[in-house]
Amino acid sequence: MSISCETINELNSKARIIRRHIVEMIAEAGSGHPGGSLSSADIVTALYFHVMNVDPQNPHWPERDRFVLSKGHAAPLLYAVLAEKGFFPKEELLTLRKTGSMLQGHPDMKSTPGLDMTTGSLGQGLSAANGMALAAKLDNKSYRVYVVMGDGELEEGQIWEAAMTSAHYKLDNLTAFVDNNGLQIDGPIQKVMSPENIQEKFKAFGWNVIDIDGHDMKQILEAVEEAKTVKSRPTVIVAKTVKGKGVPFMENQVGWHGKAPSLEQVKEALQSI
Amino acid sequence: MTKIATREAYGEALAEIGEEIKDIVVLDADLSGSTKTAIFAKKYPERFFNIGIAEQDLMGTAAGLATCGKIPFASTFAIFATGRAFEQVRNSICYPKLNVKIAATHAGLTVGEDGATHQSIEDLALMRTLPNMTVINPADAVEAKKAVRAAAAHEGPVYLRFGRLAVETIFEEDSEFEIGKGKILREGNDVAIIATGIMVGEALKAAEILEKSGLKAMVINIHTLKPIDEEIILKAAECGAIVTAEEHTIIGGLGSAVAEVLAEKKPTPMKRIGIKDKFGQSGKPEELLKLYNLTAEDIVKAAKEIKR
Ligand SMILES: Cc1ncc(C[n+]2csc(CCOP(=O)(O)OP(=O)(O)O)c2C)c(N)n1
Ligand SMILES: [Mg+2]
Repeated sequence: MSISCETINELNSKARIIRRHIVEMIAEAGSGHPGGSLSSADIVTALYFHVMNVDPQNPHWPERDRFVLSKGHAAPLLYAVLAEKGFFPKEELLTLRKTGSMLQGHPDMKSTPGLDMTTGSLGQGLSAANGMALAAKLDNKSYRVYVVMGDGELEEGQIWEAAMTSAHYKLDNLTAFVDNNGLQIDGPIQKVMSPENIQEKFKAFGWNVIDIDGHDMKQILEAVEEAKTVKSRPTVIVAKTVKGKGVPFMENQVGWHGKAPSLEQVKEALQSI
Repeated sequence: MTKIATREAYGEALAEIGEEIKDIVVLDADLSGSTKTAIFAKKYPERFFNIGIAEQDLMGTAAGLATCGKIPFASTFAIFATGRAFEQVRNSICYPKLNVKIAATHAGLTVGEDGATHQSIEDLALMRTLPNMTVINPADAVEAKKAVRAAAAHEGPVYLRFGRLAVETIFEEDSEFEIGKGKILREGNDVAIIATGIMVGEALKAAEILEKSGLKAMVINIHTLKPIDEEIILKAAECGAIVTAEEHTIIGGLGSAVAEVLAEKKPTPMKRIGIKDKFGQSGKPEELLKLYNLTAEDIVKAAKEIKR
């Protein structure tokens, strides 16, 4: 499948809109996680605006593709994408983290239309995605399951329990992404607790592995298409990313993992995006 | 009378109901022979998933299946289901209120020889603290089967507690079972014995013994610890003295649940029969029950003490 320049351009401008939402939402909330939301922004935008088969009018449509944000702290990203996609009004975005909001600090599938799974406790999303992929196989349904994990998150033991399960049950309808931004909370993953070599680990667990630049729309889309052709094995797309991508003063700064920008900083950020 | 373990009844019930409810899927963590899910696995191999020795993944995978309309029964030993995977049960199952049934076997001291590492004595307390969770602890094989059926019909997370030890069957096949409803098994007005699980049999024996010394004991079976049947507890309180009995730590289980109701609605003198904030140990189940003061005689002693 060839991907047109037009598609790429559209997705890139959509991702810019999403990034603006992320910065504004977190600033308004006064707390939240900009770094990891920005680093996964291109991946999740590509999935919802080009790849996944979903119906904003019917969020529980049984045939829909599923998405699990295993790194649930990137909730602002997912909320922005769901709102832009039409699952709920964009005005809701500025209620993030406020009392009574449908947008909880971490994804709550019971509160927000379009969410397929509740996450926030790292390490649990891949197991849930496996369950969804198993259900598709049982029911002979053609929907696919996508999951995004953090690179620091790979330090959780449950990820590797689940990685065994995906391969054991030959879940070729499952595509996982690792947002390989190289940072976690306490510093670079290499310093805190290196999960490297990520690619070789997944290979050893029986997965098909694809390496991409996680900010290159063309590479994201091509990798997803390639994953669809792989039989009897799950695919993991290890996406090299920049934490805070798109906001120069946040890029590669560990301090911007979980901090809200000031009004001044928001202005500066929106200008750069 | 033939003795049957509640885990045995669980395995049989699951295979039976599996025929009627096609959405039921079963997951186990390398203990299917012991938890008795192997019966279902043999009958419906395509609906059975062995997740291996990975209890956290077991719960998470069950959660994912539930989001797609399946009714997963996830089984392993009670200690691993509620201990190792507690936070998965909390965040991936209870918080999103997913329709997962956690069917745990080998609960309590009566695991026996395997000893303290395998004797779950705090599972009821842990599961009771979770919002959206229903907690059921059947007393015998008949009740266990009914509980499995009721859990499958109930929408939302359920914790089912089963034992390893073969126990006497107390209930008739046609006895009623409703989640959240306790049952008076024997009328009396001097003291009320409120029991759960395998202690229900001991409570009935205790009532017989008490009768001989002139005390009429009401015996109540509480199979559902959450939601707890407040009405029946308040009725029991009319006796003016209550003894609770459970094969579980006295912290956070049935005794606590009953005390919570009484303290707020009708303070009543009570004693709790249960494991007194200690770990278990290896031994024959019957010997351990004696050693940890979980017998009819212990219930009798407690009843007499409050009545003094
Ligand atoms: C089980 C668990 N432990 C700790 C946390 C706190 N926490 C939130 S984000 C984070 C770091 C995540 O790093 P990474 O997975 O690399 O995410 P990213 O860099 O993409 O933001 C931690 C430790 C958590 N949410 N869940
Ligand atoms: Mg990271």
